[in-house]
Amino acid sequence: MSIPKELRYSQEHEWVRVEGNTVRIGITDFAQSELGDIVFVELPEVGAQLTANEPFGSVESVKTVSELYAPISGKVVAVNEELNDNPEYVNESPYDKAWMIVIEPSDLSEVDNLLTAEQYEQMINQD
Amino acid sequence: MLQRTPLFPLYAEYGAKTIDFGGWELPVQFSSIKEEHEAVRTRAGLFDVSHMGEFEIKGKDSLAFLQKMMTNDVAKLTDGRAQYTLMCYEDGGTIDDLLIYKKADDHYLLVVNAANIEKDFAWLCEHVVGDVELVNVSNDIAQLALQGPLAEKVLQSLTTIDLSAIKFFAFVDHVDVAGVQALVSRTGYTGEDGFELYCRAEDAQKLWRAILEAGKEDGVLPCGLGARDTLRFEACLPLYGQELSKDITPIEAGLAFAVKTNKDVDFFGKEVLRKQKEEGAPRKLVGIEMIDKGIPRHGYAVYRNDEQVGVVTTGTQSPTLKKNIGLALISTAFSVLDTEVEVDVRGKRLKAKVVATPFYKRTK
Repeated sequence: MSIPKELRYSQEHEWVRVEGNTVRIGITDFAQSELGDIVFVELPEVGAQLTANEPFGSVESVKTVSELYAPISGKVVAVNEELNDNPEYVNESPYDKAWMIVIEPSDLSEVDNLLTAEQYEQMINQD
Repeated sequence: MLQRTPLFPLYAEYGAKTIDFGGWELPVQFSSIKEEHEAVRTRAGLFDVSHMGEFEIKGKDSLAFLQKMMTNDVAKLTDGRAQYTLMCYEDGGTIDDLLIYKKADDHYLLVVNAANIEKDFAWLCEHVVGDVELVNVSNDIAQLALQGPLAEKVLQSLTTIDLSAIKFFAFVDHVDVAGVQALVSRTGYTGEDGFELYCRAEDAQKLWRAILEAGKEDGVLPCGLGARDTLRFEACLPLYGQELSKDITPIEAGLAFAVKTNKDVDFFGKEVLRKQKEEGAPRKLVGIEMIDKGIPRHGYAVYRNDEQVGVVTTGTQSPTLKKNIGLALISTAFSVLDTEVEVDVRGKRLKAKVVATPFYKRTK
Protein backbone atom coordinates (compact mmCIF):
# COMPACT_ATOMS: atom_id res chain seq x y z
CA MET A 1 0.00 0.00 0.00
CA SER A 2 1.58 3.28 -1.09
CA ILE A 3 1.45 6.20 1.38
CA PRO A 4 3.84 8.94 0.18
CA LYS A 5 5.65 10.59 3.08
CA GLU A 6 5.36 14.14 1.76
CA LEU A 7 1.54 14.18 1.67
CA ARG A 8 -1.01 14.79 4.40
CA TYR A 9 -4.13 12.69 4.82
CA SER A 10 -7.74 12.97 5.99
CA GLN A 11 -9.70 10.45 8.03
CA GLU A 12 -11.86 10.03 4.92
CA HIS A 13 -8.93 8.76 2.85
CA GLU A 14 -8.14 11.88 0.83
CA TRP A 15 -4.58 13.01 0.32
CA VAL A 16 -3.44 16.63 0.22
CA ARG A 17 -0.30 18.00 -1.44
CA VAL A 18 0.73 21.58 -0.63
CA GLU A 19 1.98 23.39 -3.74
CA GLY A 20 2.85 26.94 -2.70
CA ASN A 21 -0.41 28.75 -1.99
CA THR A 22 -2.66 26.00 -3.33
CA VAL A 23 -3.27 22.38 -2.42
CA ARG A 24 -3.95 19.41 -4.67
CA ILE A 25 -6.38 16.73 -3.48
CA GLY A 26 -7.11 13.13 -4.42
CA ILE A 27 -7.94 9.80 -2.79
CA THR A 28 -5.41 7.37 -1.38
CA ASP A 29 -4.14 4.08 -2.71
CA PHE A 30 -5.87 2.38 0.21
CA ALA A 31 -9.19 4.02 -0.71
CA GLN A 32 -9.03 3.01 -4.37
CA SER A 33 -8.12 -0.54 -3.43
CA GLU A 34 -11.07 -0.78 -1.03
CA LEU A 35 -13.47 0.62 -3.63
CA GLY A 36 -12.39 -1.60 -6.51
CA ASP A 37 -12.79 -0.65 -10.17
CA ILE A 38 -13.71 3.04 -10.33
CA VAL A 39 -16.15 3.80 -13.15
CA PHE A 40 -17.26 7.38 -12.46
CA VAL A 41 -15.87 10.44 -10.71
CA GLU A 42 -18.07 13.44 -9.99
CA LEU A 43 -16.22 16.66 -9.17
CA PRO A 44 -17.25 20.26 -8.43
CA GLU A 45 -16.91 23.15 -10.89
CA VAL A 46 -13.99 25.54 -10.81
CA GLY A 47 -15.00 28.37 -8.48
CA ALA A 48 -16.98 26.20 -6.07
CA GLN A 49 -16.47 26.95 -2.40
CA LEU A 50 -15.65 23.92 -0.29
CA THR A 51 -16.09 23.54 3.47
CA ALA A 52 -13.83 21.23 5.42
CA ASN A 53 -15.42 17.81 6.12
CA GLU A 54 -18.34 18.49 3.76
CA PRO A 55 -18.87 16.37 0.62
CA PHE A 56 -17.52 17.91 -2.59
CA GLY A 57 -18.08 15.06 -5.03
CA SER A 58 -18.24 11.31 -5.34
CA VAL A 59 -16.46 8.31 -6.78
CA GLU A 60 -18.38 5.31 -7.99
CA SER A 61 -17.06 1.82 -8.36
CA VAL A 62 -18.92 -0.97 -10.12
CA LYS A 63 -20.63 -1.82 -6.86
CA THR A 64 -20.84 1.33 -4.73
CA VAL A 65 -20.85 5.10 -4.42
CA SER A 66 -18.53 6.93 -2.03
CA GLU A 67 -18.65 10.59 -1.17
CA LEU A 68 -15.53 12.70 -1.33
CA TYR A 69 -15.02 14.99 1.68
CA ALA A 70 -13.10 18.24 1.58
CA PRO A 71 -10.03 17.84 3.81
CA ILE A 72 -9.84 21.62 4.25
CA SER A 73 -11.93 24.66 3.25
CA GLY A 74 -11.23 26.69 0.15
CA LYS A 75 -12.10 27.62 -3.41
CA VAL A 76 -11.71 25.20 -6.30
CA VAL A 77 -9.23 26.58 -8.87
CA ALA A 78 -8.68 23.48 -11.01
CA VAL A 79 -10.49 20.21 -11.68
CA ASN A 80 -9.00 17.13 -13.31
CA GLU A 81 -11.23 16.83 -16.39
CA GLU A 82 -9.22 13.79 -17.54
CA LEU A 83 -11.06 11.70 -14.97
CA ASN A 84 -14.33 12.14 -16.90
CA ASP A 85 -13.08 9.83 -19.62
CA ASN A 86 -10.48 7.94 -17.59
CA PRO A 87 -11.92 7.13 -14.17
CA GLU A 88 -9.61 4.09 -14.07
CA TYR A 89 -6.73 6.51 -13.38
CA VAL A 90 -7.96 6.49 -9.78
CA ASN A 91 -7.05 2.79 -9.56
CA GLU A 92 -3.89 3.04 -11.63
CA SER A 93 -2.32 6.22 -10.35
CA PRO A 94 -4.11 7.59 -7.27
CA TYR A 95 -1.40 10.11 -6.29
CA ASP A 96 -0.45 11.34 -9.73
CA LYS A 97 -2.71 11.04 -12.79
CA ALA A 98 -5.82 10.84 -10.61
CA TRP A 99 -5.45 14.11 -8.71
CA MET A 100 -9.00 15.42 -8.42
CA ILE A 101 -9.03 19.10 -7.58
CA VAL A 102 -6.74 21.99 -6.69
CA ILE A 103 -8.04 24.47 -4.15
CA GLU A 104 -7.00 27.82 -2.82
CA PRO A 105 -7.30 27.24 0.93
CA SER A 106 -9.19 29.73 3.10
CA ASP A 107 -6.60 29.02 5.75
CA LEU A 108 -3.53 27.07 4.70
CA SER A 109 -2.76 26.20 8.32
CA GLU A 110 -5.76 23.81 8.28
CA VAL A 111 -3.39 21.41 6.54
CA ASP A 112 -1.52 21.06 9.84
CA ASN A 113 -4.59 19.42 11.37
CA LEU A 114 -4.47 16.59 8.84
CA LEU A 115 -2.80 13.25 9.45
CA THR A 116 0.83 12.64 8.58
CA ALA A 117 1.75 9.59 6.48
CA GLU A 118 2.70 7.70 9.65
CA GLN A 119 -0.57 8.58 11.38
CA TYR A 120 -2.59 7.63 8.31
CA GLU A 121 -0.80 4.32 8.03
CA GLN A 122 -1.58 3.61 11.68
CA MET A 123 -5.21 4.48 11.11
CA ILE A 124 -5.72 2.12 8.18
CA ASN A 125 -3.87 -0.68 9.94
CA GLN A 126 -6.23 -0.38 12.88
CA ASP A 127 -9.35 -0.77 10.72
CA MET B 1 -20.84 -14.98 13.35
CA LEU B 2 -21.14 -15.03 9.59
CA GLN B 3 -21.81 -18.31 7.84
CA ARG B 4 -19.09 -19.69 5.61
CA THR B 5 -19.07 -22.14 2.71
CA PRO B 6 -16.80 -25.21 2.55
CA LEU B 7 -14.56 -23.18 0.23
CA PHE B 8 -13.94 -20.38 2.72
CA PRO B 9 -10.52 -21.75 3.76
CA LEU B 10 -9.28 -21.31 0.16
CA TYR B 11 -10.40 -17.72 -0.40
CA ALA B 12 -7.26 -16.03 0.96
CA GLU B 13 -4.99 -18.18 -1.17
CA TYR B 14 -6.80 -16.92 -4.28
CA GLY B 15 -6.74 -13.28 -3.15
CA ALA B 16 -10.40 -12.89 -2.24
CA LYS B 17 -11.83 -9.79 -0.63
CA THR B 18 -14.84 -10.93 1.39
CA ILE B 19 -18.04 -9.14 2.39
CA ASP B 20 -21.10 -9.84 4.49
CA PHE B 21 -23.71 -10.98 1.99
CA GLY B 22 -26.97 -11.62 3.81
CA GLY B 23 -25.20 -13.22 6.76
CA TRP B 24 -22.62 -15.07 4.66
CA GLU B 25 -18.93 -14.22 4.47
CA LEU B 26 -18.42 -14.48 0.71
CA PRO B 27 -15.86 -13.21 -1.81
CA VAL B 28 -17.00 -10.03 -3.56
CA GLN B 29 -13.94 -10.24 -5.83
CA PHE B 30 -10.66 -12.10 -6.26
CA SER B 31 -8.83 -9.85 -8.74
CA SER B 32 -11.22 -7.12 -9.88
CA ILE B 33 -14.90 -7.12 -10.76
CA LYS B 34 -14.17 -5.83 -14.26
CA GLU B 35 -11.47 -8.42 -14.95
CA GLU B 36 -13.59 -11.25 -13.62
CA HIS B 37 -16.61 -10.02 -15.59
CA GLU B 38 -14.55 -9.95 -18.77
CA ALA B 39 -13.12 -13.40 -18.08
CA VAL B 40 -16.64 -14.85 -17.96
CA ARG B 41 -17.77 -13.03 -21.12
CA THR B 42 -14.72 -14.03 -23.15
CA ARG B 43 -13.22 -17.14 -21.48
CA ALA B 44 -14.62 -18.60 -18.26
CA GLY B 45 -14.86 -17.92 -14.54
CA LEU B 46 -15.41 -20.11 -11.49
CA PHE B 47 -17.80 -19.04 -8.71
CA ASP B 48 -18.37 -20.45 -5.26
CA VAL B 49 -22.14 -20.42 -4.85
CA SER B 50 -22.31 -22.94 -2.05
CA HIS B 51 -24.39 -20.51 0.01
CA MET B 52 -27.39 -21.38 -2.17
CA GLY B 53 -29.92 -23.67 -0.51
CA GLU B 54 -30.87 -27.17 -1.63
CA PHE B 55 -33.94 -29.17 -0.65
CA GLU B 56 -34.60 -32.80 -1.55
CA ILE B 57 -38.21 -33.71 -2.20
CA LYS B 58 -39.18 -37.37 -2.32
CA GLY B 59 -42.39 -39.38 -2.30
CA LYS B 60 -45.15 -40.30 -4.72
CA ASP B 61 -47.11 -37.09 -4.13
CA SER B 62 -44.09 -34.85 -4.85
CA LEU B 63 -45.38 -33.65 -8.21
CA ALA B 64 -48.85 -32.78 -6.94
CA PHE B 65 -47.25 -30.88 -4.08
CA LEU B 66 -44.85 -28.94 -6.32
CA GLN B 67 -47.65 -28.12 -8.77
CA LYS B 68 -49.57 -26.50 -5.90
CA MET B 69 -46.51 -24.53 -4.68
CA MET B 70 -44.89 -23.43 -7.95
CA THR B 71 -45.97 -21.05 -10.71
CA ASN B 72 -44.35 -23.02 -13.51
CA ASP B 73 -45.74 -26.31 -14.83
CA VAL B 74 -43.60 -28.87 -13.03
CA ALA B 75 -45.43 -31.68 -14.88
CA LYS B 76 -43.56 -30.61 -18.02
CA LEU B 77 -40.25 -31.65 -16.46
CA THR B 78 -38.73 -34.94 -17.54
CA ASP B 79 -35.98 -36.85 -15.73
CA GLY B 80 -32.64 -35.10 -16.12
CA ARG B 81 -34.17 -31.69 -16.81
CA ALA B 82 -34.21 -28.50 -14.77
CA GLN B 83 -36.83 -25.77 -14.68
CA TYR B 84 -36.82 -22.16 -13.52
CA THR B 85 -39.87 -21.33 -11.43
CA LEU B 86 -41.23 -18.98 -8.81
CA MET B 87 -42.97 -19.55 -5.55
CA CYS B 88 -45.65 -16.99 -4.72
CA TYR B 89 -48.02 -16.06 -1.95
CA GLU B 90 -51.75 -16.08 -2.61
CA ASP B 91 -51.58 -12.32 -3.36
CA GLY B 92 -49.05 -12.96 -6.14
CA GLY B 93 -46.08 -11.54 -4.22
CA THR B 94 -42.91 -13.54 -4.74
CA ILE B 95 -41.51 -15.80 -2.01
CA ASP B 96 -38.49 -16.86 -4.07
CA ASP B 97 -37.26 -17.78 -7.52
CA LEU B 98 -35.64 -21.19 -7.81
CA LEU B 99 -34.58 -24.13 -9.94
CA ILE B 100 -36.26 -27.52 -9.80
CA TYR B 101 -34.29 -30.56 -10.93
CA LYS B 102 -36.26 -33.69 -11.71
CA LYS B 103 -34.28 -36.78 -10.75
CA ALA B 104 -37.21 -39.24 -10.93
CA ASP B 105 -41.03 -39.21 -10.73
CA ASP B 106 -40.77 -39.30 -6.95
CA HIS B 107 -37.57 -37.34 -6.50
CA TYR B 108 -36.82 -33.64 -7.07
CA LEU B 109 -34.07 -31.24 -6.02
CA LEU B 110 -34.91 -27.59 -5.34
CA VAL B 111 -32.22 -24.91 -5.40
CA VAL B 112 -33.21 -21.69 -3.61
CA ASN B 113 -31.62 -18.35 -2.72
CA ALA B 114 -29.40 -18.35 0.37
CA ALA B 115 -31.27 -15.53 2.07
CA ASN B 116 -34.56 -17.38 1.68
CA ILE B 117 -33.59 -20.89 2.81
CA GLU B 118 -35.43 -20.83 6.13
CA LYS B 119 -38.44 -18.91 4.85
CA ASP B 120 -38.87 -21.23 1.84
CA PHE B 121 -38.40 -24.39 3.85
CA ALA B 122 -40.93 -23.32 6.46
CA TRP B 123 -43.44 -22.33 3.75
CA LEU B 124 -43.05 -25.65 1.97
CA CYS B 125 -43.30 -27.70 5.18
CA GLU B 126 -46.43 -25.82 6.19
CA HIS B 127 -48.21 -26.97 3.01
CA VAL B 128 -47.03 -30.54 2.65
CA VAL B 129 -49.84 -33.05 2.02
CA GLY B 130 -49.71 -36.75 1.25
CA ASP B 131 -46.60 -38.80 0.68
CA VAL B 132 -43.97 -36.05 0.49
CA GLU B 133 -40.66 -36.08 2.29
CA LEU B 134 -38.88 -32.74 2.44
CA VAL B 135 -35.26 -32.45 3.58
CA ASN B 136 -33.10 -29.33 3.78
CA VAL B 137 -29.69 -30.55 2.59
CA SER B 138 -28.17 -27.07 2.15
CA ASN B 139 -25.28 -27.69 4.52
CA ASP B 140 -24.29 -31.00 2.93
CA ILE B 141 -24.04 -29.70 -0.62
CA ALA B 142 -21.56 -27.31 -2.18
CA GLN B 143 -22.20 -25.58 -5.50
CA LEU B 144 -19.62 -24.32 -7.97
CA ALA B 145 -20.51 -22.48 -11.16
CA LEU B 146 -18.15 -22.56 -14.13
CA GLN B 147 -19.43 -19.99 -16.59
CA GLY B 148 -18.26 -18.67 -19.93
CA PRO B 149 -17.68 -19.70 -23.55
CA LEU B 150 -14.75 -21.97 -22.58
CA ALA B 151 -16.58 -23.66 -19.68
CA GLU B 152 -17.35 -26.82 -21.63
CA LYS B 153 -13.81 -27.20 -22.93
CA VAL B 154 -12.28 -26.76 -19.47
CA LEU B 155 -14.71 -29.06 -17.71
CA GLN B 156 -14.46 -31.70 -20.43
CA SER B 157 -10.79 -32.19 -19.59
CA LEU B 158 -11.84 -33.37 -16.12
CA THR B 159 -14.53 -35.89 -17.00
CA THR B 160 -15.18 -38.76 -19.38
CA ILE B 161 -18.87 -38.12 -20.00
CA ASP B 162 -19.70 -36.16 -23.14
CA LEU B 163 -20.62 -32.70 -21.87
CA SER B 164 -21.77 -31.52 -25.30
CA ALA B 165 -24.68 -33.96 -24.91
CA ILE B 166 -25.98 -32.02 -21.88
CA LYS B 167 -28.39 -29.46 -23.29
CA PHE B 168 -29.28 -26.09 -21.76
CA PHE B 169 -31.33 -26.72 -18.58
CA ALA B 170 -30.45 -30.42 -18.55
CA PHE B 171 -28.24 -32.26 -16.04
CA VAL B 172 -26.53 -35.54 -15.29
CA ASP B 173 -26.15 -36.83 -11.74
CA HIS B 174 -23.28 -38.90 -10.31
CA VAL B 175 -20.69 -37.64 -12.78
CA ASP B 176 -17.03 -38.16 -11.95
CA VAL B 177 -15.34 -34.75 -12.30
CA ALA B 178 -11.67 -34.81 -11.30
CA GLY B 179 -12.39 -37.71 -8.96
CA VAL B 180 -15.34 -35.97 -7.33
CA GLN B 181 -18.95 -37.16 -7.64
CA ALA B 182 -21.04 -34.26 -8.91
CA LEU B 183 -24.37 -33.36 -10.39
CA VAL B 184 -23.49 -31.45 -13.55
CA SER B 185 -26.12 -29.04 -14.82
CA ARG B 186 -25.98 -26.81 -17.89
CA THR B 187 -27.42 -23.77 -16.18
CA GLY B 188 -26.14 -20.49 -14.83
CA TYR B 189 -26.68 -16.93 -13.77
CA THR B 190 -24.37 -14.98 -16.06
CA GLY B 191 -25.94 -14.95 -19.52
CA GLU B 192 -23.15 -17.22 -20.80
CA ASP B 193 -22.98 -20.91 -21.51
CA GLY B 194 -21.74 -22.83 -18.50
CA PHE B 195 -22.29 -25.39 -15.82
CA GLU B 196 -23.38 -25.54 -12.22
CA LEU B 197 -21.84 -28.39 -10.27
CA TYR B 198 -23.28 -29.77 -7.06
CA CYS B 199 -21.05 -31.95 -4.90
CA ARG B 200 -20.67 -33.01 -1.28
CA ALA B 201 -19.41 -30.20 0.92
CA GLU B 202 -16.24 -32.12 1.80
CA ASP B 203 -15.31 -32.51 -1.89
CA ALA B 204 -15.71 -28.84 -2.81
CA GLN B 205 -12.10 -27.77 -2.30
CA LYS B 206 -10.77 -30.59 -4.47
CA LEU B 207 -13.20 -29.72 -7.26
CA TRP B 208 -12.42 -25.98 -7.02
CA ARG B 209 -8.66 -26.56 -7.30
CA ALA B 210 -9.02 -29.06 -10.14
CA ILE B 211 -11.16 -26.72 -12.26
CA LEU B 212 -8.90 -23.70 -11.79
CA GLU B 213 -5.83 -25.81 -12.55
CA ALA B 214 -7.45 -27.22 -15.69
CA GLY B 215 -8.50 -23.75 -16.80
CA LYS B 216 -5.25 -21.98 -16.08
CA GLU B 217 -3.97 -21.95 -19.67
CA ASP B 218 -7.30 -20.68 -20.94
CA GLY B 219 -7.34 -17.80 -18.48
CA VAL B 220 -10.13 -19.08 -16.23
CA LEU B 221 -10.38 -16.85 -13.15
CA PRO B 222 -11.92 -17.36 -9.73
CA CYS B 223 -14.81 -14.89 -9.59
CA GLY B 224 -16.74 -13.25 -6.78
CA LEU B 225 -20.23 -12.00 -6.13
CA GLY B 226 -19.44 -8.60 -7.63
CA ALA B 227 -18.95 -10.01 -11.11
CA ARG B 228 -21.81 -12.45 -10.61
CA ASP B 229 -24.06 -9.47 -10.00
CA THR B 230 -22.88 -7.40 -12.99
CA LEU B 231 -23.08 -10.46 -15.26
CA ARG B 232 -26.60 -11.45 -14.24
CA PHE B 233 -27.66 -7.81 -14.40
CA GLU B 234 -26.50 -7.35 -18.02
CA ALA B 235 -28.38 -10.53 -18.92
CA CYS B 236 -31.42 -9.18 -16.97
CA LEU B 237 -31.69 -12.22 -14.72
CA PRO B 238 -33.58 -11.17 -11.59
CA LEU B 239 -32.06 -11.02 -8.11
CA TYR B 240 -34.40 -11.73 -5.22
CA GLY B 241 -34.54 -8.69 -2.93
CA GLN B 242 -34.12 -6.34 -5.91
CA GLU B 243 -36.18 -7.33 -8.96
CA LEU B 244 -38.30 -9.71 -6.90
CA SER B 245 -39.78 -9.49 -3.41
CA LYS B 246 -42.97 -10.25 -1.54
CA ASP B 247 -44.25 -6.93 -2.92
CA ILE B 248 -43.37 -7.67 -6.55
CA THR B 249 -45.14 -10.29 -8.66
CA PRO B 250 -43.34 -12.38 -11.30
CA ILE B 251 -45.54 -10.77 -13.96
CA GLU B 252 -44.39 -7.29 -12.96
CA ALA B 253 -40.81 -8.58 -13.02
CA GLY B 254 -41.25 -9.78 -16.62
CA LEU B 255 -41.18 -13.47 -15.74
CA ALA B 256 -44.55 -14.46 -17.25
CA PHE B 257 -42.79 -17.29 -19.12
CA ALA B 258 -42.42 -19.09 -15.78
CA VAL B 259 -46.02 -18.50 -14.67
CA LYS B 260 -48.34 -21.09 -16.23
CA THR B 261 -51.77 -19.81 -15.35
CA ASN B 262 -53.30 -22.30 -17.77
CA LYS B 263 -52.10 -25.35 -15.83
CA ASP B 264 -55.13 -27.14 -14.40
CA VAL B 265 -53.94 -26.95 -10.80
CA ASP B 266 -54.70 -24.20 -8.33
CA PHE B 267 -51.31 -22.88 -7.29
CA PHE B 268 -50.58 -20.07 -4.86
CA GLY B 269 -51.08 -16.73 -6.54
CA LYS B 270 -52.84 -18.14 -9.60
CA GLU B 271 -55.85 -15.79 -9.59
CA VAL B 272 -53.86 -12.57 -9.18
CA LEU B 273 -51.20 -13.65 -11.64
CA ARG B 274 -53.73 -14.73 -14.27
CA LYS B 275 -55.45 -11.38 -13.99
CA GLN B 276 -52.15 -9.54 -14.35
CA LYS B 277 -51.19 -11.70 -17.31
CA GLU B 278 -54.49 -11.02 -19.07
CA GLU B 279 -55.10 -7.39 -18.17
CA GLY B 280 -51.55 -6.22 -17.59
CA ALA B 281 -49.90 -5.39 -14.29
CA PRO B 282 -49.85 -1.84 -12.91
CA ARG B 283 -46.05 -1.84 -12.84
CA LYS B 284 -43.44 -3.25 -15.16
CA LEU B 285 -39.71 -3.93 -14.94
CA VAL B 286 -37.92 -2.01 -17.69
CA GLY B 287 -34.40 -1.22 -18.74
CA ILE B 288 -33.23 2.37 -18.42
CA GLU B 289 -30.16 4.07 -19.80
CA MET B 290 -28.87 7.35 -18.42
CA ILE B 291 -28.85 10.31 -20.81
CA ASP B 292 -27.23 12.65 -18.28
CA LYS B 293 -24.00 11.67 -16.60
CA GLY B 294 -24.59 9.51 -13.56
CA ILE B 295 -25.12 5.93 -12.49
CA PRO B 296 -28.51 4.61 -11.39
CA ARG B 297 -28.38 2.48 -8.24
CA HIS B 298 -30.69 0.15 -6.32
CA GLY B 299 -33.37 2.16 -4.52
CA TYR B 300 -33.09 5.43 -6.49
CA ALA B 301 -36.48 6.96 -7.28
CA VAL B 302 -37.64 7.35 -10.88
CA TYR B 303 -39.67 10.45 -11.81
CA ARG B 304 -41.73 11.66 -14.69
CA ASN B 305 -42.92 15.29 -14.61
CA ASP B 306 -42.18 15.65 -10.90
CA GLU B 307 -44.20 12.62 -9.98
CA GLN B 308 -42.50 9.49 -8.73
CA VAL B 309 -43.39 6.68 -11.13
CA GLY B 310 -41.00 3.97 -10.01
CA VAL B 311 -37.76 2.86 -8.47
CA VAL B 312 -34.43 1.49 -9.68
CA THR B 313 -34.03 -2.18 -8.69
CA THR B 314 -30.45 -2.63 -9.93
CA GLY B 315 -28.06 -0.27 -11.66
CA THR B 316 -24.40 0.13 -12.41
CA GLN B 317 -22.03 0.93 -15.23
CA SER B 318 -22.24 -2.13 -17.45
CA PRO B 319 -18.72 -3.53 -17.76
CA THR B 320 -19.49 -5.05 -21.18
CA LEU B 321 -21.39 -2.11 -22.69
CA LYS B 322 -19.69 0.69 -20.72
CA LYS B 323 -23.09 2.35 -20.35
CA ASN B 324 -24.78 3.57 -17.19
CA ILE B 325 -27.87 1.42 -17.12
CA GLY B 326 -30.42 0.07 -14.72
CA LEU B 327 -33.50 -2.02 -14.25
CA ALA B 328 -36.45 -0.08 -12.86
CA LEU B 329 -39.89 -1.10 -11.71
CA ILE B 330 -42.13 1.66 -13.06
CA SER B 331 -45.76 2.42 -13.78
CA THR B 332 -46.74 0.57 -16.93
CA ALA B 333 -47.89 3.86 -18.47
CA PHE B 334 -44.26 4.97 -18.73
CA SER B 335 -42.74 1.65 -19.74
CA VAL B 336 -42.80 2.25 -23.50
CA LEU B 337 -39.38 2.24 -25.19
CA ASP B 338 -37.68 5.66 -25.44
CA THR B 339 -39.93 7.22 -22.78
CA GLU B 340 -37.90 9.87 -20.99
CA VAL B 341 -37.79 9.68 -17.21
CA GLU B 342 -35.64 11.19 -14.49
CA VAL B 343 -33.63 9.33 -11.87
CA ASP B 344 -32.99 10.93 -8.50
CA VAL B 345 -29.25 10.42 -8.15
CA ARG B 346 -28.50 11.53 -4.60
CA GLY B 347 -30.68 14.61 -4.82
CA LYS B 348 -30.10 15.44 -8.48
CA ARG B 349 -32.73 14.65 -11.11
CA LEU B 350 -30.86 13.15 -14.06
CA LYS B 351 -32.38 12.30 -17.43
CA ALA B 352 -32.71 8.69 -18.55
CA LYS B 353 -34.76 6.79 -21.10
CA VAL B 354 -36.47 3.43 -21.29
CA VAL B 355 -34.46 0.96 -23.39
CA ALA B 356 -34.84 -2.63 -24.56
CA THR B 357 -33.76 -5.58 -22.44
CA PRO B 358 -31.79 -7.75 -22.03
CA PHE B 359 -28.83 -5.40 -22.14
CA TYR B 360 -26.60 -8.30 -23.13
CA LYS B 361 -27.32 -11.46 -25.06
CA ARG B 362 -24.61 -13.88 -26.10
CA THR B 363 -24.26 -14.30 -29.83
CA LYS B 364 -24.37 -18.07 -30.24
